[in-house]
Amino acid sequence: MASVRVLVGTKKGAFTLTADGARRDWRVGGPFFGGWTVMHVNGSPADPDRLWASQWTDWHGQVVQRSDDGGATWAPVGNGFAYEGDPGTHLWYDGTPHPWEFNRVWHIEPSPDDPDVVFAGVEDAGLFRSGDGGGTWTELPALRTHGRGPDWHPGAGGMCLHTVIIDPADTRRMFVAISAAGAFRTEDGGETWSIATGGLRSEFLPDPEAPLGHCVHNLAMHPDRPDTLFMQKHWDVCRSDDAGDTWTEVSGDLPSDFGFPVAVHAHEPETVYVVPILSDAEHYPPEGRLRVARSRTGGGEWELLERGLPQRDCYVNVLRDAVAVDGLDDCGVYVGTTGGQVYASPDAGDTWTAIAEHLPAVLSVEVQTLP
Amino acid sequence: MTPVRVSLPHHLRSLAGVGAEVAVEVDGDPSVDAVLEQLERDHPALRGTIRDPDAGRRRPYMRYMACGRDLSLEPGGAPLPGPVAAGEEPLRVIGAISGG
Repeated sequence: MASVRVLVGTKKGAFTLTADGARRDWRVGGPFFGGWTVMHVNGSPADPDRLWASQWTDWHGQVVQRSDDGGATWAPVGNGFAYEGDPGTHLWYDGTPHPWEFNRVWHIEPSPDDPDVVFAGVEDAGLFRSGDGGGTWTELPALRTHGRGPDWHPGAGGMCLHTVIIDPADTRRMFVAISAAGAFRTEDGGETWSIATGGLRSEFLPDPEAPLGHCVHNLAMHPDRPDTLFMQKHWDVCRSDDAGDTWTEVSGDLPSDFGFPVAVHAHEPETVYVVPILSDAEHYPPEGRLRVARSRTGGGEWELLERGLPQRDCYVNVLRDAVAVDGLDDCGVYVGTTGGQVYASPDAGDTWTAIAEHLPAVLSVEVQTLP
Repeated sequence: MTPVRVSLPHHLRSLAGVGAEVAVEVDGDPSVDAVLEQLERDHPALRGTIRDPDAGRRRPYMRYMACGRDLSLEPGGAPLPGPVAAGEEPLRVIGAISGG
């Protein structure tokens, strides 16, 4: 019988939540790396026993650990993230130039087909690749040069490259997103990049339709539709059907189009999930009710899913990497909150159950579907 | 050669898989730099967690103390106090006392 393993990164360690395919009885594993901020934990699609975790503290900086046995044991791998050449400056909050400095790894994206290849999205924004399982990391510097890096500026959480999507049909084709620079695409494994923000509009920019400066919070792609992307932006939920060249707003009837994550159903490329948050100033759900919004029409028309989710006095947030879907049928959906809860729906969002309730603030959720 | 005793904070003990103190053997007169370089060679997992991996700068929230003195701002190549070099007192690597 199939099973699922949910990989949870929190402000104070990592956890695994495991269940069989029925997804009713859950076992909590961990904490791993207790006390460390675990930005992200992710598994290799090519070898599900191989996991990576990005752990960080202000005291000790960045550490990356790898497991080769599904999370039972871990060992540190390389933590050298040196930018190629002189990275120069980007813009600071006040508009002045600021030296590029590595701070931490926000997102780990393993290759779909090679368990030794893994990418890391880092702050200050850059994309690194490892071809030896995480032992050594090399920057793909063309993103900064082709993407006009000196013009990038940070979002409130730092200038982070937080989203990496690899087209499984052509792994040289990748999309990344940076707060608050925008979205970028490569067709050649990172040798050249194009800015993928056409049609986006952000009212806080001097030119709301400028190519750079959009605070893209998250991107999602269904593997069968590699030209169709969904985006949760600082405000606005958008879609593109030409690989990010042009975007259309599909916020439709959402109660708020502010939020952080976006995800696509495992089997239905037009079924999309977001979590509406009240506003950029109030990072909690409207009306104190945690509701996941699902569109079965690729955006525009949204239904608010609430069965099993807290519907009063709820003031948690759901961060950009904290929604994931499994590959079972029905598709399971997983949502982690800053209140330390992880909610799971085994029926594509119709009903929800808390599968962990008292964890540290959840920063990231990934799920592995195991045979 | 008398090993220098190095005391590490909790997270670094866990990361390196060591106890409260680590014995570090250094050729010649031991200094903070020499001890940390050997410590990182002995325990590669600690590379970058106390000092910047390239420039060797002390991380902002880390301090070095021994024999009732804060050695953090002294030259990294300065000889360690006699009792530390003799293995009688540990060199303490300490993280800022703060958190959340």
